[in-house]
Amino acid sequence: MARRVSETRRWTFTILAWLVALAIFFPILWTILTSFKSEADAIASPPKFLFFDWTTENYAEVQSRSPYFRHFMNSVIISVGSTLLGLLIAIPAAWSMAFQPAKRTKDLLMWMLSTKMMPAAGVLIPMYLMFRSFGLLDTRIGITVVLMLINLPIITWMLYTYFREIPGEILEAARMDGASLSKEIIHVLTPMAVPGIASTLLLNVILAWNEAFWTLNLTTSKAAPLTTFIASYSSPEGLFYAKLSAASTMAIAPILILGWFSQKQLVRGLTFGAVK
Amino acid sequence: MATQHQRTLARFMVAPSVLLLLGWMIVPLAMTLWFSFQSYNLLSPGMEQFIGFTNYRYFLSDPAFWQAMANTLLIVGGVLVITVGGGILLALLLDQPIRGQGMVRILMIAPFFIMPTVSALVWKNMFMNPVNGLFAWMAKAVGAQPIDFLAQYPLMSIILIVAWQWLPFATLILLTAMQSLDSEQMEAAEMDGAGAWAKFTHLVLPHLSRAITVVILIETIFLLSVFAEILVTTNGGPGYASTNLTYLVYSQALLQYDVGGASAGGIIAVILANIVAIFLMRMIGKTLE
Repeated sequence: MARRVSETRRWTFTILAWLVALAIFFPILWTILTSFKSEADAIASPPKFLFFDWTTENYAEVQSRSPYFRHFMNSVIISVGSTLLGLLIAIPAAWSMAFQPAKRTKDLLMWMLSTKMMPAAGVLIPMYLMFRSFGLLDTRIGITVVLMLINLPIITWMLYTYFREIPGEILEAARMDGASLSKEIIHVLTPMAVPGIASTLLLNVILAWNEAFWTLNLTTSKAAPLTTFIASYSSPEGLFYAKLSAASTMAIAPILILGWFSQKQLVRGLTFGAVK
Repeated sequence: MATQHQRTLARFMVAPSVLLLLGWMIVPLAMTLWFSFQSYNLLSPGMEQFIGFTNYRYFLSDPAFWQAMANTLLIVGGVLVITVGGGILLALLLDQPIRGQGMVRILMIAPFFIMPTVSALVWKNMFMNPVNGLFAWMAKAVGAQPIDFLAQYPLMSIILIVAWQWLPFATLILLTAMQSLDSEQMEAAEMDGAGAWAKFTHLVLPHLSRAITVVILIETIFLLSVFAEILVTTNGGPGYASTNLTYLVYSQALLQYDVGGASAGGIIAVILANIVAIFLMRMIGKTLE
């Protein structure tokens, strides 16, 4: 009898959970479906869910009408570039904070986090004017540096929480065994640090890929990543639903896949190790 | 233990990121502050002059500013209520024994990875459009008048779009926290005859408090600066109905070229964020120990 009840309960919750999940996912599913429709089918009433003439012409059209691929590459270069640059600067800092904590390390970390709280509006104007006078507007190097700066606190924090979990005794042991500093770094520390660095990299690429304040304000065409490119569809061109959907699907697909892989690290990373 | 040498080395390793962040904070902020006391319009270069607090007086007496201020707080508050409340409910649901839980999680987390411009445009055109949107079709199917969401309820629509993006984040974090709840404790409570509600309020919620704090902190950081969703859906309108502080500063500077006025707005936004930050840091400082 008890088993029966729990079986019913299990199915009720299963159905409920699937319904909610599908509802939340629906806008994405709908975008992907629409990207394979003709423009007429895309605005058909009643809407056509699965039974329409599937076509891939929208994808070809998006590329032929706009340098889609260039914007895609801009997104890749900017998000990966800013993250690598950030790691380069943050790894030594996080390293020494984790292994040589000083009295004020905790305060320093908190201060770094607090810089994230400065609203972008407060610094938009000087940044824009400086970019303009140095000829950095709409350049990949300019936007890469800005995205590196805004993600630096998160990168440092994430690395710090990962490094802190590497037991310091292992270092002592290696030193006892007569390992030199370079051996210590290559054979002992690096293998233990790589997973943490990799998840930091993954998460920050995602954040930089989707960043939509600085990219919208500091790039227009040449260096524009996908965020800016897609925003150009807010003009009447956006009424071409099928093409909008195709462009959107291509813009979100790579990061959606990366995101699903990084799900586990995501919680830890974004909560600065407070929730595991 | 650490030698003098090691300590010096540690300082050198930390220095670059500290200096960069310090520069990133201080230089532009000082410039914004400087501009905010100037009459400075990009359309009339060379006419800059010191005008004291005039920009601030102008900004603070502008009804648009107070509306933007209210909208900023409404967006932060509205999205927080929806995502934390909804997140707790969804986390409770996902914590049950469910078939295909992995797949359900993957579907549910997806909106978090969608770039803001895409989600705003998809919602604006394919769902909220009063002619071709799915919501309009649903309304017509039941014989109701389609609603022009972004014209009639612009702020609410934006809150919904942003909440859709952040609900998965809250759910995922709260679920992770919930799964670390000691099952023995739950069983003990059941033995003592605690009902579902008692278990929730006395065991689950206290256990979640730390995760909830973190969710609020992180979401607030991002929600104070909502921008892309407004830019591509309503452009802050109609009127100033969906303009937040970030958008107001942007439009004052880059659409009306009023650098001085926009800078005053920027400084006010910084002050507001600081008030919120002090409050939040105190909260998080307590729970993160």
